[in-house]
Amino acid sequence: MPDDASAVVGRAIDRHQDVPGGLLPLLHDIQDHLGFVPKDAVPRIARALNLSRAEVHGVISFYHHFRDVAPGRHVVQVCRAEACQSMGADALLDRLRQELGVDLHQTTADGAVTLEPIYCLGNCACAPSVMVDNQLRGRVTPERVPALVAELRRDA
Amino acid sequence: MSTRIYVPADASARSVGADEVARAIAAEAKARGHAITITRNGTRGLLWLETLVEVETARGRVAYGPVSAADVPALFDAGFLTGGEHALRVGDIAAQPWFARQQRLCFARVGLTDPVSVPEYEAHGGLRGLRNAIAMSGADVVRAVTDAGLRGRGGAAFPTGIKWNTVLQTEADQKYVVCNADEGDSGTFSDRMIMEGDPLVLIEGMAIAGIATGATQGYIYLRSEYPDAERILLAAIAAARLHGVLGDNVLGSGKRFELELRRGAGAYICGEETSLLESLEGKRGMVRYKPPVPAVSGLFGKPTVLNNVITFASVPIILDRGGEFYRDFGMGRSRGTLPIQLTGNIRRGGLVELAFGVTLRELLEDFGGGSASGRPIRAVQVGGPLGAYIPASQFDMPFDYEAFASAGAMVGHGGIVVFDDTVDMAKMARYAMEFCAVESCGKCTPCRIGSTRGFEVIDRIIANRDREANVALLRDLCDTMLHGSLCALGGMTPYPVLSALKHFPEDFGLPRELPAAA
Repeated sequence: MPDDASAVVGRAIDRHQDVPGGLLPLLHDIQDHLGFVPKDAVPRIARALNLSRAEVHGVISFYHHFRDVAPGRHVVQVCRAEACQSMGADALLDRLRQELGVDLHQTTADGAVTLEPIYCLGNCACAPSVMVDNQLRGRVTPERVPALVAELRRDA
Repeated sequence: MSTRIYVPADASARSVGADEVARAIAAEAKARGHAITITRNGTRGLLWLETLVEVETARGRVAYGPVSAADVPALFDAGFLTGGEHALRVGDIAAQPWFARQQRLCFARVGLTDPVSVPEYEAHGGLRGLRNAIAMSGADVVRAVTDAGLRGRGGAAFPTGIKWNTVLQTEADQKYVVCNADEGDSGTFSDRMIMEGDPLVLIEGMAIAGIATGATQGYIYLRSEYPDAERILLAAIAAARLHGVLGDNVLGSGKRFELELRRGAGAYICGEETSLLESLEGKRGMVRYKPPVPAVSGLFGKPTVLNNVITFASVPIILDRGGEFYRDFGMGRSRGTLPIQLTGNIRRGGLVELAFGVTLRELLEDFGGGSASGRPIRAVQVGGPLGAYIPASQFDMPFDYEAFASAGAMVGHGGIVVFDDTVDMAKMARYAMEFCAVESCGKCTPCRIGSTRGFEVIDRIIANRDREANVALLRDLCDTMLHGSLCALGGMTPYPVLSALKHFPEDFGLPRELPAAA
């Protein structure tokens, strides 16, 4: 693990190891800074919280939000839930796959974009929706995909 | 004099360009030398009109929408700072039939005020409920909530007063109040609208629960998909602390109530209360066996008041106006109002708060104005991914917990997802099983294995491989999931599947008229 990533993990442990039920906030702290929870952070977290490595790994792998590999520079999360489906989310996802040249859970070869599914963004009256790097976008028609992808690739 | 302009900071409004609109208004006002103050309010709930800009004029608030950043110069040209005429002028929102017909109790302030201003909150009737609760005994507060007939708005509709009374009666050195803000159902956003538009009403409701039951620590478990709500809630909690609404001496009562925000991590199952508690304790969100119920042994094994956002947000007005006031709204055993969310393929989607008893048809036609695509509405799903699909022939059913239950459907969290006649209901049934497979916590077999076998069987039905036998197998599997699952995820996934099969057999390649077995 690079030194700065190691420092992030150390700080997260210091901040949360004494908080009741602090494992999730601790993992969020790491992923908010690094974009993922490095696999080699698991033994350190386990030691600090007096848990087994299996327990920490079990929590990371249980929750869809946590990643154990670095994502692309941008993360595009496309809503797969019913309200978005009723407004053409499947066509939107197909267009995203086509423009990005990747499937769900994959990152483009240039490292620009990771495409992920998400189940409801709470924007169901302005469907279909995508979340781009924590920024919600509504009424996203397939026609808007090329401009979105160009924006993300440009912003390297 | 500075003109006050409201541009929502609600996530839906921001998702369609509200930030760009706010920036454009600020820049244009500066260039033209107009003094303005922009307040980032919650949304009024007319989401097809977002970004909805309101201007405070001598004749009251005048709304314009849907505004895009490109419209802003023309709005200034039209004199919108004094309510001038323009193609986008909507006028007084409160006078719009869509809004005027609503009965906004829980959402009374949403969109009207600066969401994180405690003084504005108080000026619009906030904190009266908490002040009354402080002057009452815990038992009297619980009685008021019981008398109001309030039932859990998260989906399960359990009587709130009974839950609170159990916590009140259970002796313990520590009790907790936990808010379920893991609003994962597709077609719902009322929790988010409260948290972004009037977060102080949630904080007040939780403080009332704490003071009534003797719980001193609260947690809000917020889903990670809501970063905007997180930012606004954190600001509201800080403001509440500063004004003594939270802390060691709540509004001078000598009683302590503190609140911490915790973020979920993208697991639908954590909206199930025991799974949520496991997650708050830092574990995998595995469902617990019940009993014991959380009111007896909840967070860290202590008695815990655990309610949904809307349930807590409905409490302040009950303590302010009294249980009878609230109870006078509604029908049968469904008392009060329900914030209904009109979503999906609908022309005028948004938040409609009404007393129980309104019919689906009124909501879809009078409020919704039909489908967004202009095609006939074929089905709606009410109550999230575990809710039944309802065909047009049942649109006269009233919104009432018992009426829905007797039709094999559920009100749930009040979300309605609209589908037009291009929907493939076999595909939707398959999706219900697939979703259950993705989100199952894995503790019980009917849910963990049944969901995967479920979409495999539906695939075979769609592909016409031994169709009749596979339909029988699917019914049998649904029966096992219904009766054998530990919680509602596996236990209710059969609702959308079986309702799709019952009302839309032709989509599965079956004859329209099925024998009595249907």
